[in-house]
Amino acid sequence: MIKKFKFINIFLLLIFISKTAYSLEPNIFVQSTVNRASQILSSDISKSDKIEKLKIIATDTVDIKGIGFYTLGKFRKELNDAEKKEYTKLFREYFLKSFSSRLAEYTNPKIDVQSQEKLNDKYTIVSSVLVATDTRPEIKIQWRVYTKDPDRPLIRDLIIEGLSLARTQKEEFSSIIQSSDGDIQSLFSSLKKFINN
Amino acid sequence: MRYLLKILIIYIFTINFAFAGADGEVSFSKKTGEVKDCFESVNRATFAFNQGLDNIIFEPLAKGYRKLPNPIKIGTGNVLSNISNLITIPNNILQGEFKTAGVNTARLAVNTTVGIFGIFDVASQMGFIKDYKKEDYGQTLGTWGIGEGCYLVLPVLGPSTIRDLSGNFANILGADPWYNLTIKNDTRHFKESDYYFSKGGDGLNFRAKNIDSFENLEKNSMDFYASVRSLYLQDRRKKILNSDSVTESQDDSDWDEIQSN
Repeated sequence: MIKKFKFINIFLLLIFISKTAYSLEPNIFVQSTVNRASQILSSDISKSDKIEKLKIIATDTVDIKGIGFYTLGKFRKELNDAEKKEYTKLFREYFLKSFSSRLAEYTNPKIDVQSQEKLNDKYTIVSSVLVATDTRPEIKIQWRVYTKDPDRPLIRDLIIEGLSLARTQKEEFSSIIQSSDGDIQSLFSSLKKFINN
Repeated sequence: MRYLLKILIIYIFTINFAFAGADGEVSFSKKTGEVKDCFESVNRATFAFNQGLDNIIFEPLAKGYRKLPNPIKIGTGNVLSNISNLITIPNNILQGEFKTAGVNTARLAVNTTVGIFGIFDVASQMGFIKDYKKEDYGQTLGTWGIGEGCYLVLPVLGPSTIRDLSGNFANILGADPWYNLTIKNDTRHFKESDYYFSKGGDGLNFRAKNIDSFENLEKNSMDFYASVRSLYLQDRRKKILNSDSVTESQDDSDWDEIQSN
C-alpha cells in the first residue's frame, strides 16, 4: 500500500515537473522572439526574403486572430459568421504585410528584455528597451503577452513609449467604419486595397 | 493675484468647452475613452493642409537639420529643453510636484549659467535627474480632472484638444515666462524673433527625430489622419498620468473579451 502511494506521488511529481518545464516564461519568450527577428534583420539576405522569414515568426508568436477581433472594437459584435471568416482572413494578410514591412526597415535592432509584470492569468506585460544608436535614442517597448495557455504564450500588443499599436489600429479601423455610417464592408475594401497595393 | 485670476478664467473656459465638446458628457476618468472628434471634417481639411506644408517646408528642413553635426544638434536640443523648464517648473508646482519643481529649477540655474545658456547639460552630469519630463498647462488641467474635450487640428501647429488649446492660451496670457521675456515685455535682452525661433526649433527638432517613424506610419496606415489622432491622444493621456505603467495608461477591459486562437 505504501509502495503504491509512493508510486502515485512520484507520478504526480513527474507530471508537475514536466508541466513546469514546458511552460514558457513570457520574458524568455519575448527575448527569444526578438533574437530570432534580430538574426533575420541583420542577415545578408534580400529584403523580400527577410519579409518572408519575419512573417513566419509573426505567425508563430503573435495572436493575429485575437488582435484582429480586438481592433474591431464594438463592431465585432455586429459581424455574422461569414463576415467573421472573411475578416479573419483579410486581417491576417493585412497584419503580416504591414508588420513585416514596418520591421524590415530596421537593421540589426538590439532589444534587451528587462522585466515582466503579471497582470492576471491571461496577461503579462514584458518590458524591454530598443538600445539607442547614433541616429535614435533609447526606446521603451512593452509587450502584452497572452498567457492563457502558458505552454504557448502569444504576443497581443506592442506598447512603444506608452503608445499602444493595437489601440492605434483599433481607432484607425473604427474611423474607417464610421466614415461609411458603420458599414463593415468599407473596412473590408480598405483592407483589400492595402493588401493588393 | 492677476495671474491667479487668469488661471481661473482659463479653468472655467476649459470646463465649458469640455462639456460642449462632449455633448454634455465629460470624461473625468484618467483611463482612455472614446475619441471625441467633433469637428472631424474641418480637422481633416486642416490635416491635409498641414501635410502639404510639411511636404514643402518642414520635412525638407528636418532632413537638412538631421545632416548637421551631432554636437550642434545636441546643443540645440539642450538649449530648447532648458528654455522649456520655464513652463515646466510652474506646472510642476500647479500639479503639486514640489520636489520635481525644485530639481528642475536647479537644472535651469546650472545649465543656464555653467552650461552657457543651456548649450551643455551640465546638470545631468552633476547627478540631477536625466529623465527630464516637459509639462505644460494642458497637462496641468488634465491632472486637475478636466476632460480633454474635442480633438482639434490647428493650422501649422498640428494636433491638439480643447483642453490643450486652453493651456496654450495661458502661455500668451502671461503664464509663460519665456513669452513674457521675449514678446510681452521689452527686456532689451531678448527679441520677439527669439521666441519664434525657439518654437520653430522645437517643432523642427521633433520632426527631425521622427522622420522615419512618420514615414513608416504613413506608408502603413489606411487612414493616416486617424492614426495620428490616436497616437496624439494616447501620448497626452500618458503624459498627464506621468506613468510608465501600462495598466494605468491603457484600458484593459476590451482585451478581456477576446478569445484565443
